[in-house]
Amino acid sequence: MPSPFILDRSSVTQVMAWVLAALLPGVLVYVWLFGPGILVTLSLATVTALAAEAAMLKARGYPAKPFLTDLSAIVTAWLLALSLPSLAPWWLIVTGTLFAIVVAKHLYGGLGQNIFNPAMVGYAVLIVSFPVQMTQWAGPLELTTAHLTLAQSASVIFGGDLPKTTLDAVTMATPLDALRTGLLQQHTVDEIMTQPIFGHYGGTGFEWLAAAFLLGGLVLWALRIISWHVPLAFLAGIWLTAGFLHFFDAGRFGAPWFHLFAPSVMLGAFFIATDPVSGATTPRGKLIFGLGAGFLTIAIRTWGGFPDGVAFAILLMNLCVPLIDQYTQPRIYGGASRTKEPPA
Amino acid sequence: MSRELFKFKGGVHPPGHKSESNSRPIHAAPLPKKLVIPLRQHIGNPAKPVVEVGERVKKGQLIGEADGYISCAVHASSSGTVTAIDMQTMPHASGLPDLCITIETDGRDEWIAHAPLDYRAMVPAELRMRLRDMGIAGLGGAVFPSAVKLDPGAAQACPTLIINGGECEPWITCDDVLMRHRADEILQGVTVMRHLLGSTEILVGIEDNKPEAVAAMQAAAAKMDFAVEVVAVPARYPGGGAKQMIETLTGKQVPSGKLSTDIGIQVFNVGTTYALARAVHHGEPLISRLVTVTGHVLRPQNFEVLIGTPMHTLITLAGDRDGTTGVLMGGPMMGVPMPDLEVPVVKATNCILVKSNELFPPLPRALPCIRCTRCADACPAELQPQELFRFAKAGDFGRAQEYHLFDCIECGCCSYVCPSHIPLVDYYRYAKGEIWAREKEKRAADLARERHEFRLFRLEREKKEKAEKLAAKAQAKRAELAADPSASGAPDADAKKALIAAALARAQAKKAEVAPKNVDHLTPEQQHSIEEIEARRAKIRELAHQPLESEEKP
Ligand code: SF4
Ligand code: SF4
Repeated sequence: MPSPFILDRSSVTQVMAWVLAALLPGVLVYVWLFGPGILVTLSLATVTALAAEAAMLKARGYPAKPFLTDLSAIVTAWLLALSLPSLAPWWLIVTGTLFAIVVAKHLYGGLGQNIFNPAMVGYAVLIVSFPVQMTQWAGPLELTTAHLTLAQSASVIFGGDLPKTTLDAVTMATPLDALRTGLLQQHTVDEIMTQPIFGHYGGTGFEWLAAAFLLGGLVLWALRIISWHVPLAFLAGIWLTAGFLHFFDAGRFGAPWFHLFAPSVMLGAFFIATDPVSGATTPRGKLIFGLGAGFLTIAIRTWGGFPDGVAFAILLMNLCVPLIDQYTQPRIYGGASRTKEPPA
Repeated sequence: MSRELFKFKGGVHPPGHKSESNSRPIHAAPLPKKLVIPLRQHIGNPAKPVVEVGERVKKGQLIGEADGYISCAVHASSSGTVTAIDMQTMPHASGLPDLCITIETDGRDEWIAHAPLDYRAMVPAELRMRLRDMGIAGLGGAVFPSAVKLDPGAAQACPTLIINGGECEPWITCDDVLMRHRADEILQGVTVMRHLLGSTEILVGIEDNKPEAVAAMQAAAAKMDFAVEVVAVPARYPGGGAKQMIETLTGKQVPSGKLSTDIGIQVFNVGTTYALARAVHHGEPLISRLVTVTGHVLRPQNFEVLIGTPMHTLITLAGDRDGTTGVLMGGPMMGVPMPDLEVPVVKATNCILVKSNELFPPLPRALPCIRCTRCADACPAELQPQELFRFAKAGDFGRAQEYHLFDCIECGCCSYVCPSHIPLVDYYRYAKGEIWAREKEKRAADLARERHEFRLFRLEREKKEKAEKLAAKAQAKRAELAADPSASGAPDADAKKALIAAALARAQAKKAEVAPKNVDHLTPEQQHSIEEIEARRAKIRELAHQPLESEEKP
């Protein structure tokens, strides 16, 4: 056995556990402001992910224990669940999770090998295949006329019967949807923003969810589990792009703060774009990756066919990672430039 | 005293484990019955044995002389009889044997005549050769012959001299206790180094987890008649690495592929400095050193050990315990597992670290790399260890080299922090080994090809010369015939043969000249002029050879 003979106490499990812990403030705020339905989604995604992970490990001849306990599958499940509409039907959750774990993770070679962020692949597949079901968002409790209990939420998710009127009373268009629809109907941003779904910065309720994800992200940064490069660059990319457009024509483009305080942005900035496996590795590369993802998010929101662009933006940047990494190799100690000479 | 310090990049904070061994005084290890002294204890050419089996040697007697500039002598560590000069297992990871001189000690520990050197009266080059012949080499781990490092070279002087008391590896305390107890002598060594290097700035860097050593060195420095700045630097592994110490103290980085002297800085370990003081001020060659014996032993401490002492005697002395799982030479970050405990203490042995499962639990199973770049954040060489790992694993050694594999100092920081517990350094060692092996193979192949080509060339030349000789002979004959027509007839056949041979040789020579060039699609004119040139050259060669032939004739 070779040196070194001692190790720091870190482990993949520990890293993933912190990521899950940092998501908890977001989950709590979610339950508090949007009802307990998200807990059903999270549980279903978790169970599906673990089952799929175990099955794939077995099929690929890997030992189950070290890989199941690394918690990476659960992180993927939670990130997907938190990105899905909170009252999405069960089969949508299962399909998305299966796609994330089986195809995006294991068929690409398993832990550490996937080019694309698995949760975002799952999300992208769902929104492309089932755009209608992907709009079943529970509205913020303070705006909806009826509230669902945990059992009722589970019932909705598992396809149980609920009077159509009740379902209509609990679901609402998300702020991004509302903005998009309003703009398509030739309203100005200011007119649209008078709707109750819009809050101080982002959407009513949604902005608090975004703040909770931001808080969790700051904890991860404080623990040095993530570096500041990607989140900062991502947020800066969004702010600069949205700000530029807003400055250019405030009637047709949402304010930068509004774009920034969407839950998907904070989740994306601190938890998804920072996924080390599918992200850039060099400091400069991380900045480019984040800026690019931020820019693309706004571009897709503004000109693309989908209300939100975080998932596609991150996937597109995932694609560029090898190139980014290759061209942003940092200077080494002693400042040699890249050399192809054989050793002296 | 408030020197501005700089931060080198990367590094880790492993638990120090210094207090286990640094509080006990230095004990001289008893004289062993047998000393095994390897001839290769330093970087460079191994020493050449100058004693024979059966010969009686005295303590400090030269038994292996330095072989060349980058080499170092070895000496008998005690008096006794040479009983063997043969291959023995070495304290090295490979476990490969190397040539050693075995001395059976007689217990008298009788010194050879020795006297201090009047170093100020000596020519620097002569002094350096004396130091080489006294076996002085770097005791910080690299064991580079000190004489070479004490040559300021073309620059004439090396303005900054750094004495490295960093000792950043966990568990090791031999430099710490040396500084605590022998600070004055260390500084006497500095006097000599400063004399040789012409340094104007002397810095002593000590990690701040050794306050006693800092205090002792400061007290000693105050007594010197030149300025010595003793600086406590923040403890962070590998802050005691020469390059890191330079950066911490001066803010300068040694350019990749260059030496620190290129930026006017030379670094010596405190142990080396002490050994140099013993050599110059007492005339004692390097025959002993301080060794920390620590880890899973009853009384961890530092011993003054004769080079060649078997390691097991020291472990017994420190109190061996049940549950030992292995022994390292060096610290836990860069130490090397010992193949067995009969191996001798050598000049590079700073620490004997005894392992147990409690102190050094077996490393957990490695998971795939998750590209978290913690390794990159920890790498003091500022490399991208995760990329090096990827290339090394894939056998893509070219890319690994492009990503500066050979700038890796194998410090182990990357492995230490890796959450996937990947033995990264092992992959780098493997990749380096493979690249060296291929390089060597390629060189061997190149050499063989060159030899082969030269042989072909030689054969060709010999053939030509022979033919030309014949032609010359024929010409001479014809001249003879012309002069004496009476002798015509018989020898004609000979002459004809010679002429044919000469023509053949010329044709062949022409072919050899033309063949390697781009001779396709030449115009007839070009072809013609080439032929003319070639013919002329052939003639010139012929002419050049003829006088030679005639001279050779009796
Ligand atoms: S620390 Fe380990 S897991 Fe992280 S990037 Fe480096 S090699 Fe990969
Ligand atoms: S062992 Fe090499 S790659 Fe790893 S941290 Fe040290 S210098 Fe960097």
